[in-house]
Amino acid sequence: MAAISREEVAHLARLSRLAVTEEELDTFAGQLDVILQAVAQVGEVAAADIPPTSHSVPLTNVLRDDVVVPGLTPQEALSGAPDAEEQRFRVPRILDEDVAS
Amino acid sequence: MTQTDLTRLTATEIAGLVASGETSAVEVTRAHLDRIAAVDDRVNAFLHVDAEGALAAAGEVDARRAAGEELGPLAGVPVAVKDVLTTKGVPTTVGSRILEGWRPPYDSTIVQRLRAAGTVMLGKTNMDEFAMGSSTEYSAYGPTHNPWDLSRIPGGSGGGSAAALAAYEAPLAIGSDTGGSIRQPGAVTGTVGAKPTYGGTSRYGLVAFSSSLDTPGPCARNVLDAALLHEVIGGHDPRDSTSIPQPVPDVVAAARLGATGDLTGVKLGIVTEFVGEGAEPGVMAAFRESVDALTKLGAEIVEVSCPHFRYALPAYYLIAPSEASSNLARFDGVRFGLRVGDDGNRSLEEVMSLTREAGFGAEVKRRIMIGTYALSSGYYDAYYGQAQKVRTLITRDFTAAFEQVDALISPTTPFVAFPIGARTADPYQMYLADLFTIPTNLYGGPGISVPCGLSDGLPVGFQIMAPTMADDRMYRVAAALESVVGTFTPPAL
Amino acid sequence: MTTTLPAYDEVVARYEPVIGLETHVELGTNTKMFCGCPTDFGGEPNTRVCPVCLGLPGSLPVANRAAIEATIRIGLALNCSIAEWCRFARKNYFYPDMPKDFQISQYDEPLCFEGYLDVEVNGELVRIGIERVHLEEDTGKTLHVGGATGRIHGATESLVDYNRAGIPLVEIVTKPVPGTGALAPEVARAYVTELRDVIRSLGVSDVRMEEGSLRCDVNTSLNLPGEEWGTRTETKNVNSLRSVERAVRSEIIRQASVLDAGGRITQETRHFHEDTGDTTPGRSKETATDYRYFPEPDLVPLAPDAAWVAELKAALPELPRLHRRRLQEQWGLSDADMQSVLNAGAVELIEATVAAGATPAAARKWWLGELSRRANETGVELADVGATPGQVAELQGLVDAGKLNDKLARAVLEGVVAGEGSPTQIMTNRGLEVVSDTGALTAAVDEAIAANPDIADKIRSGKVAAAGALVGAVMKTTRGQADAKTVRELILERLGA
Ligand SMILES: [Mg+2]
Ligand SMILES: [Zn+2]
Repeated sequence: MAAISREEVAHLARLSRLAVTEEELDTFAGQLDVILQAVAQVGEVAAADIPPTSHSVPLTNVLRDDVVVPGLTPQEALSGAPDAEEQRFRVPRILDEDVAS
Repeated sequence: MTQTDLTRLTATEIAGLVASGETSAVEVTRAHLDRIAAVDDRVNAFLHVDAEGALAAAGEVDARRAAGEELGPLAGVPVAVKDVLTTKGVPTTVGSRILEGWRPPYDSTIVQRLRAAGTVMLGKTNMDEFAMGSSTEYSAYGPTHNPWDLSRIPGGSGGGSAAALAAYEAPLAIGSDTGGSIRQPGAVTGTVGAKPTYGGTSRYGLVAFSSSLDTPGPCARNVLDAALLHEVIGGHDPRDSTSIPQPVPDVVAAARLGATGDLTGVKLGIVTEFVGEGAEPGVMAAFRESVDALTKLGAEIVEVSCPHFRYALPAYYLIAPSEASSNLARFDGVRFGLRVGDDGNRSLEEVMSLTREAGFGAEVKRRIMIGTYALSSGYYDAYYGQAQKVRTLITRDFTAAFEQVDALISPTTPFVAFPIGARTADPYQMYLADLFTIPTNLYGGPGISVPCGLSDGLPVGFQIMAPTMADDRMYRVAAALESVVGTFTPPAL
Repeated sequence: MTTTLPAYDEVVARYEPVIGLETHVELGTNTKMFCGCPTDFGGEPNTRVCPVCLGLPGSLPVANRAAIEATIRIGLALNCSIAEWCRFARKNYFYPDMPKDFQISQYDEPLCFEGYLDVEVNGELVRIGIERVHLEEDTGKTLHVGGATGRIHGATESLVDYNRAGIPLVEIVTKPVPGTGALAPEVARAYVTELRDVIRSLGVSDVRMEEGSLRCDVNTSLNLPGEEWGTRTETKNVNSLRSVERAVRSEIIRQASVLDAGGRITQETRHFHEDTGDTTPGRSKETATDYRYFPEPDLVPLAPDAAWVAELKAALPELPRLHRRRLQEQWGLSDADMQSVLNAGAVELIEATVAAGATPAAARKWWLGELSRRANETGVELADVGATPGQVAELQGLVDAGKLNDKLARAVLEGVVAGEGSPTQIMTNRGLEVVSDTGALTAAVDEAIAANPDIADKIRSGKVAAAGALVGAVMKTTRGQADAKTVRELILERLGA
């Protein structure tokens, strides 16, 4: 049976901010299914008592001193901006008012 | 000395000639720029050639020499930089449409160190988009062609850097290795590619694909050149929290030691899981011959089993896409890069989605969605979480193996360079190209690919994997092997 | 919706509220959380940015030691355990004020956890459980253009400034607080007030709600007695102490009206409106995004060792509540008197005035009397009324030395508030010093005796009490500057009484 449905792929595309076309949905659904079936092999490993590894370097407490270092000029900061106004980055109207922090 | 000759020299030779004044850095740079002009329309190794910047940098080196200044060991040597590293004022695209024309306002640490060392950056090399691929076919700017056979792939994601070396467009290059993107292109182009210990080279300014795996490193046509470049770019960087605050092992000395061809007392382990299955006969043949050669040099060779390596590929294709799905979120058309569909009516969300849809290629979209899936609540434990546990087990396999042997060896890739287009239809077939290189990335240790022979006239790579922060070991073995099998020259373009 | 809402008292008589508070505090470090950009306010747009806080491709974060220490200190002040090992996590969601489209935060491994804060409400001590204290990064500021009143609704576009992006943000989450009944709104306010004072006493943030360096989300739910807790709503952008109280109150009433009408509460975020004092619905749980948290691979784990934590703990200042209690004892005040000092916001002022040499009673008299009155009249904070503790102490010193009497002292204080200089200067400049040398007074006394022969006779015949009238007359002619005691003695002496 398929690991992932066309609808799930459509949902993933929305979550990922990808305006995928209908044709893409068909192709991706098939390809992601193959890939997910394959990577699901990790489930074969008995690892209940194994700690996960998120970092391969054995470092902790890498901290910087609270000292100001020069950054970018506004010109540099905005140099790559697709659109700018009043020395700010201009974006189209925003729908969702919720700002989680 | 004619210019073609200059492009055939090793980095060490070029540095020597520049230092002695027998040639100038500008001459050397011109020779390589001419070579690029002559062949790159067929190879497509470069996405951007910075002739002006290169000649200026070369001029500075010559001026410093004229002023009697002490020059570094690579001063005046041209280098090609994978387009994954930011270069101030010089286009950086990561092989993607979404960054087309972006000129970063800052230099990556590696590029800063290259400049400080007096190397001459020729330009930015082609790569699979966001380093996601094994053939450079996933570049938004067209595939790079393998100088050994222009109808074949040069490996990936760093196919541009490897091809530039094999085509004599540059004597040195920088790559980045997340699952094999330095070693695998090295293998299929008959060049040397080294993946340093994770944290041994700075990621600051390396456009992230998979933060816990990405490792920038040196590419060259011979082991000593690679070691010299490794020494220049390596070392602690306070701007990268995962950078190891210890000096890089003396890889140059190790390469010189290995070149003497003596491996007495060195114990090497063949990874059982990698020689049984997977690799095609021609690759295995060249590998076996090299193993015999190493034995003759005094190395003791045993077989070591790493039972969890077979789960490395699936674990990798969960961890890397998961991190990528987050790393690539910032490409939203707000602060830099492409923006599509902003017609004054559409909402930001629509414009973001249209921008990413138009800016990313299919493989990038696939991996973003796989990663988003693997991190979603409900799937996290079974996919991303489980993959991280497998990562622990693979690390334990390495640690156990290195209690028995000094280094592990295997073919670098299961197969030689395949024809362009052969594997794009089935993404997972493409993933298999990194079967032997991926475990090293999950563990975080160093690995190197050195040419060890030909199969049907195509290069085969020999991989040496060492414990973390023992990068010198792999250079010693690689140089020893090179001292026997020599370097490989592709047919004239 | 124009249904008439039930009365608060009547609601809390029937329902039991459970509240919870989530507070975000911007730390006052020199630099941002993960880069060396300055955190100072009021810069031109995008002048406090670098590749890291702009989220430019290739940039990497490095954590600010001062921010980590500040967070641990807050955790310790809130009686929390400090994690021996924890990691940052990425909270993934797309929003333009967040440069990387993920926020570096902490998920299931907060730096500080399991603590509490005791707050006083009407003399009662309420213990608020602290679930976690963690560190994250703030977002940029978005300017909505084209719509009315700069609100997002109806805006045609938005402009983003990343000067604030990456400022260290400490998130403090309480456990649910049940059993406060009708007092729930006051408890919520008291908690935020106490939390603010604690953090201010640590000197890690200026905690100004109006400037947004302290922000509060309030969770509220209602349940019938004996039944399990109801569905909670999260009211966002509650940005003043008063609003915290109002938000809880109005949400309690709103939920009651929904429940009374047989409706059910939907788990959602709601937005508080300072102007109307009520809340409107935001995003509901159903449409809430999956943040896909995972350990931040660009930052290595934090592992504060015992010695480091002990060092930070040893350096903690006395907590405000204990400090206030100590002062109350030192000043010998009743709870009621201390309360009025607190309400007047005069604790620090009186403390400083006493430190400058005045007695607690005198210091309190000036700050709660004359100066509080002026502050109310002019509508300013007591601290900004125009007199410093040093000046008040000096003024009191002049009174104690007999150079000023109470009436003159108030006149001098007027001069101080008007910015005419130090009390001593004003006293001499305005010639307000008490006159007590007899020579100068004898004439005035004789004048008064001559002007009031009948009163003088009474005194001569022994009615000493009548002297008061003559003293008054003398004070009048000397415009209050005479020393009443001396005048009285002179009168009695002249009349041989
Ligand atoms: Mg938060
Ligand atoms: Zn910054």
